[in-house]
Amino acid sequence: MTQLIAFNVFNGLIVGAFYALMALGLSLILNLSGVINFAHGGFLALGGYLAYTLIPHIGFWGALVVAPFLTAALGLIVERFLIRRLYGRDPLYSLLLTFGLAYIFEDGTRTIWGASSVPYQIPASLNSPLSSQFFFLTGYRLFMVALVAVAVVGLFLILNRTRLGMRIRAGTSDLETVSVLGVNVRILRTLNFGLGIYLAGLAGVLAAGMLGLEPTIGTALIMPSFVAIIVGGLGSLPGTLLGGLLIGVASGVTTVFFPSASEAVMYIMMGLVLLIRPRGLLGEEGRIQ
Amino acid sequence: MNGRQAANGAIWIALLTMPWWMNALGGYTELGTQVVVLALTAMALNFLLGFTGVLSFGHAAYFGLGAYGVGLTIRYLVPSTPLGILVGVAVGTVAAAVIGALIIRLRGVYFAMVTIAFAQVFYFIAFRWNKVTGGDDGLISWTRQPLDLGFARIDILHNAIAFYYLVLVLFALAAAIMALLLRSPFGRTLLAIRENERRARFLGIPVELHMWLSFVISCLFASLGGTLYALLNNFVDPRALHWNMSGNFVIMAVLGGMRSFWGPLIGAAIFVVLQDYVSSMTENWQSFLGLFFVLVVLFFPRGVLGVLRRRAVS
Repeated sequence: MTQLIAFNVFNGLIVGAFYALMALGLSLILNLSGVINFAHGGFLALGGYLAYTLIPHIGFWGALVVAPFLTAALGLIVERFLIRRLYGRDPLYSLLLTFGLAYIFEDGTRTIWGASSVPYQIPASLNSPLSSQFFFLTGYRLFMVALVAVAVVGLFLILNRTRLGMRIRAGTSDLETVSVLGVNVRILRTLNFGLGIYLAGLAGVLAAGMLGLEPTIGTALIMPSFVAIIVGGLGSLPGTLLGGLLIGVASGVTTVFFPSASEAVMYIMMGLVLLIRPRGLLGEEGRIQ
Repeated sequence: MNGRQAANGAIWIALLTMPWWMNALGGYTELGTQVVVLALTAMALNFLLGFTGVLSFGHAAYFGLGAYGVGLTIRYLVPSTPLGILVGVAVGTVAAAVIGALIIRLRGVYFAMVTIAFAQVFYFIAFRWNKVTGGDDGLISWTRQPLDLGFARIDILHNAIAFYYLVLVLFALAAAIMALLLRSPFGRTLLAIRENERRARFLGIPVELHMWLSFVISCLFASLGGTLYALLNNFVDPRALHWNMSGNFVIMAVLGGMRSFWGPLIGAAIFVVLQDYVSSMTENWQSFLGLFFVLVVLFFPRGVLGVLRRRAVS
């Protein structure tokens, strides 16, 4: 029993790490530009498929480096030519646009790579269990957790220690003032969008090895990411991180006792948070307006 | 007779005579029924979206609850169409009242995000609760039941035209109620909130209460649309609850024109006909749909009636 619980908690932690990685990207874009990027799941799937295509040529490690950057590059193009036109308009329009993009991404990956899941090679060195008692502790799983941690630390270092990150944070609280102070807000938003999409691509490369790579992989992850943002707190990146891990572990634990409610539990958590603390666990005051 | 009355008259004549001209144009009666059902739902959504300025992206939840409400009632409880409709609408409305109370303090994108996420709860319930809902395969082995009026029996199951007129009667009722509400002081208050929420608040209007009422009314008619949708297909599956469905309703409202009462009807008609045509032509209809969303947003954000109206003014 302990082993079963440990297994599911660990599983939940990994899944939660994916939710968090995806939700952090969504949150970055939402906070600075006020755009809910529905196509985020599509970018995640694309990251996975690009890695799948690249692995036979440059190996897993090469793909791990290259695929997220390619995904981010596409994100930059999408932002530059489509999403940028909608800033300052009713958020309804950017929502509909990314909604349409999500359709195109899902159908596009299905057309190119097929509707059923594809065999995704992860290095053999990472694929063996580390201990016979805790059979679920494969190297790949530990590696994923470690890499997500590195990515998150890297993101917070960028945001807190670099000029770009400082501007992103400043823009999040008051974009107009930042613009008046001479920062090129257009470029800032584009780079910020690219950063968010990079995280989605990275999550895609990692998730493909664990969840199986199929066109709907992103669609399955996007709703929990929304929940993570709402639970963790609107406008707060640490909150988003916390929210993702929390709902991942919560649904992992629920799987042990009541498997059919493993999805419902995160929505129940969301309902409770909205009831008791509408701005979310670490949310800023006033953000919800 | 002014232009507005002429337009209203033309719309009602077109709807009333649909079974005669639809077949001549190469369509079929069920296609017309589908337009009216989805138009009802899109107009219900637009009550909130266009006339209260609240961005809900989760109306599939209430649409789907209505659909499952009627299906489950007829399948398990009583084989009666009117009762099924009542149950479906009641279930959808109660759910909206509870969820509405939870989320009404949020605004804009955040409101949209929470409505989407909550809609997904019902999707998972329908998807997982195999024994009752049939899970992914949908709820089968039930059909809409003949209407018993006491003095006459109308076979809406086998007579597609009779069912169309039943749908049209309910549509007319819903449209009339929404139009009257929008003309009433309550409706004017909703418009005031849409135009300037802060000013409305300063005038002493209980903004949250009005938004909540608007949300519940909108969801009531959306679940009515859902019940009719299930009855039309004699079938419900979780896709009726999926956020793709919510997105489709929003695009119908935008495509027809969010600021006009009849806009969503035009949008629904274009959407349904286009979907019917494209999905028979290509397997990649989803890409076309996505491209359609993108093009509407970039080049046609005011919708059909918005553009027409602007032209009439200038």
